[in-house]
Amino acid sequence: MTEPLLSVENLRTWFHTGDAVAKAVDGVSFSIGSGETLGIVGESGCGKSVTALSILRLVQQPGRIESGSRIMFEGKDLVTLDDAAMRDIRGNRISMIFQEPMSALNPVFTVGDQVAEVARIHGHGSRRDAWNRAVEMLSLTGIPAPEERAKEYPHQLSGGMRQRVLIAMALIMNPALVIADEPTTALDVTIQAQILELLVDLQKRFGTSILMITHDLGVIAETASRVVVMYCGEVVEEAEVDTLFAAAHHPYTEGLMHAMPQLSEPRARLNVIPGSVPAPTDWPSGCRFRDRCPYSWERCEREHPPLYEISPTHTSRCHLAVEPEHRANPHPPLVEQLGVSV
Amino acid sequence: MTGYLLRRIAQAVVVVVLVATIAFFLIHLAPGDPFAAAVENPNVSEGVRAHWRDAYGLDRPLPEQFVRYIASVTKGDLGWSFSLQRPVLDVLADALPHTLLLMSIALTASFALGIFLAITQVMKRGSATDRIISGVSLLFFSTPEFWLALMVIVLLAYRFPVFPIGGMVDPVTHSSLGPVFRIVDVARHTVLPALTLTLLFSAVVARYQRASLLDVLPSEYITTARAKGVPERVIVRRHALRNALLPVITLFGLAFPALLTGAVYVEKVFSWPGMGLVIVNSIDTRDYPLLMAAVIIGSILVTAGSLVADLLYRAFDPRLRHEG
Repeated sequence: MTEPLLSVENLRTWFHTGDAVAKAVDGVSFSIGSGETLGIVGESGCGKSVTALSILRLVQQPGRIESGSRIMFEGKDLVTLDDAAMRDIRGNRISMIFQEPMSALNPVFTVGDQVAEVARIHGHGSRRDAWNRAVEMLSLTGIPAPEERAKEYPHQLSGGMRQRVLIAMALIMNPALVIADEPTTALDVTIQAQILELLVDLQKRFGTSILMITHDLGVIAETASRVVVMYCGEVVEEAEVDTLFAAAHHPYTEGLMHAMPQLSEPRARLNVIPGSVPAPTDWPSGCRFRDRCPYSWERCEREHPPLYEISPTHTSRCHLAVEPEHRANPHPPLVEQLGVSV
Repeated sequence: MTGYLLRRIAQAVVVVVLVATIAFFLIHLAPGDPFAAAVENPNVSEGVRAHWRDAYGLDRPLPEQFVRYIASVTKGDLGWSFSLQRPVLDVLADALPHTLLLMSIALTASFALGIFLAITQVMKRGSATDRIISGVSLLFFSTPEFWLALMVIVLLAYRFPVFPIGGMVDPVTHSSLGPVFRIVDVARHTVLPALTLTLLFSAVVARYQRASLLDVLPSEYITTARAKGVPERVIVRRHALRNALLPVITLFGLAFPALLTGAVYVEKVFSWPGMGLVIVNSIDTRDYPLLMAAVIIGSILVTAGSLVADLLYRAFDPRLRHEG
C-alpha cells in the first residue's frame, strides 16, 4: 500500500477520574488509504466513538490522549498539532457525521446557516458565497427545494433530512476524510439505506475516505472495504470485509456474526454473546475477551495476546492463531460457568 | 402571532384588575387610615376628622368606595394624594421618569456586565479568573442592598469624595446651570445608585448565565460546532449563548417591573426621588390613592415583564416561534 491518508498508531485515550483511569482507547492502530472506506465495528463501550473523537482531538476533559500516541494525517501528527492548526483541519480536511441528527444540529440556527458556517470558517469567499455553497451541498445530498429548506430550522425537518444536512455540512469543504459515527443508527431502516447509498455515492464523486464507525455489521458490509473490530479499547481483528464475513478469526468477531439476525432463517432465539463489556477502569489481564470466550484456555489468562498475522491482510488478537487446536472443543464461557446472568 | 398577543393582553387585563381589587380591600382592611396621625393629634377635633372623612368619601361602605375608585380610574383620574396634597398623577409624573432613568441604566449595565462576566468565566472555566469572578459574584449576591449602598457612599462619596452623596441633582446649583451641565449634574448623581444596583444584580445575572452556559456546553451540537473547526470563543458566544439565554431571559422578565417600581432600599439610602420612595411613604401614611396607583403600575409591569420574556424566548428559540 502507498502512504496511507490517516495512520493511527498506538492511540491511547484515557479518562482520569479521581483515582480510577478509564482506558477507553488502549493502544489502537489502523490506517486508511485515500478514497478507502474503513469500518470500525464493536459494541457500546468498546472505544470506537472515543477513537473517532480522538482523531479530531474532540475528547473533553477528563479524557486525554496519552503521550506515545500518534495520529499521522497528511504528514502531520494531529496529537501534537497546535490548536489553531487543528481547527484548520476540523471540518475542512477531516469532518465528522454524528449519530443523532437532531441533537447534533443547533436548534436555534437555520440548517443553511449551520452548513454555510463551515464554508465561512474555512473558505475565503463572502457570506453570500458560503450560503450559495451550502444550498448547493444541500441539493447534492438530495434535499428537495434546498433554497427554502436552508432557511428552516432543524426541528422543521425529518430525521432523514437532518442527516442529509449533517452530510452536506461534512462534505462542503471536500475533506480528505469523513468520520461517520453511527450515521444511520437513529434512522428508520428505509431511510438508513438511502443515507448509506448517498454516502457511498458522494464518496465516489469526491474521492473522500470514510471511517465508518458502527455496531452494525450490515452497514459495514454495504459500505466498507476493510474492517477493524474493536473490543475493550483494543483492535482485536482487522481484515478485508469479505474475509471477515467468510472467515472471521477472533472468537469475538465470530460472536458478532452469530448475533446478526438472519431473515433467511426460520425465527429462532437471537444469538447473543454472553456477558457484557467489562468496565474500562478495570480491563481483565491476559485476553480481555477470555471470560466471554467459548475457547479460552489457561494461556489466555496468563498472556495478553498480540495481534497475530493470519494473512498479509488479516490480523487477529487471539492465541488461536498459534494454537488452533483449541477451537475444536468449545466450552460454555466463564461468565456462564460462574452463573453471571447475561 | 397577533392572536397570541391579543390573548396575552386580555390575560394581563384580567390579572391587573384582580390584583387591584385584592389590593384595594387589603389596604383598607389594614388598621389605620390616612388621618391616623391626625386622629392621635388632640388638637384635631372629632368634627374635623369626620369632615375630612366625609370630604374624601372614606365614611362610605367599602364596596361603594371601591366602585367609585374604579370608576374614577377608568376616567383617568387616579385620585388625590393625602400625604403630599397633590394629584396622584402629578406625583407619578415626577417620580416615574426618575426611577426609569436609574433602573434602565442599572438593568442594562447589569445584564451586559453579567453576561460578559459569565462568558469570560466559561471561556476559562476552572481557571483562577473563573474562580475569582465566582467568589466575588457570590459575595455581592449575598450582600444586603442597603449595606452595599452605604459602603459605596462611604468609599466614593465620603472617603474619596468623587461623587455626590445622594439626591438626583445638586439642590443649590442645579437650577442655575445651563442645559449641558444639568445633564452632567444628573449623571454624576446617578453613578453611585446605579453602581450599587449593578454590582448586586450583575452578580445574579453572571451566576445564572454561567450555570446555564455550562449546562449547554456538553450538548452534541457544541461538539458538532467544534468538529466544524469553530473557534472556542465563537462556540461560547454564538453556539452556546443563544441556547443558554433562556434562564437569563426569565430573570430579565422578573426584573422588568423594577424599571418603574424602583429599588426601595437604594432609593432610600441615596435619597433618589423615585417610585421606591413614593411607595414606602405612601404605605407609611396610608395614602390609599397613591399606594393603589403604585400597585396598579406594579401589576401592569409584572404582566408586561412576563410578556416581554415570552416574546424574547420566541425571538431566541425558533422552536417556540413555530408553536401556535
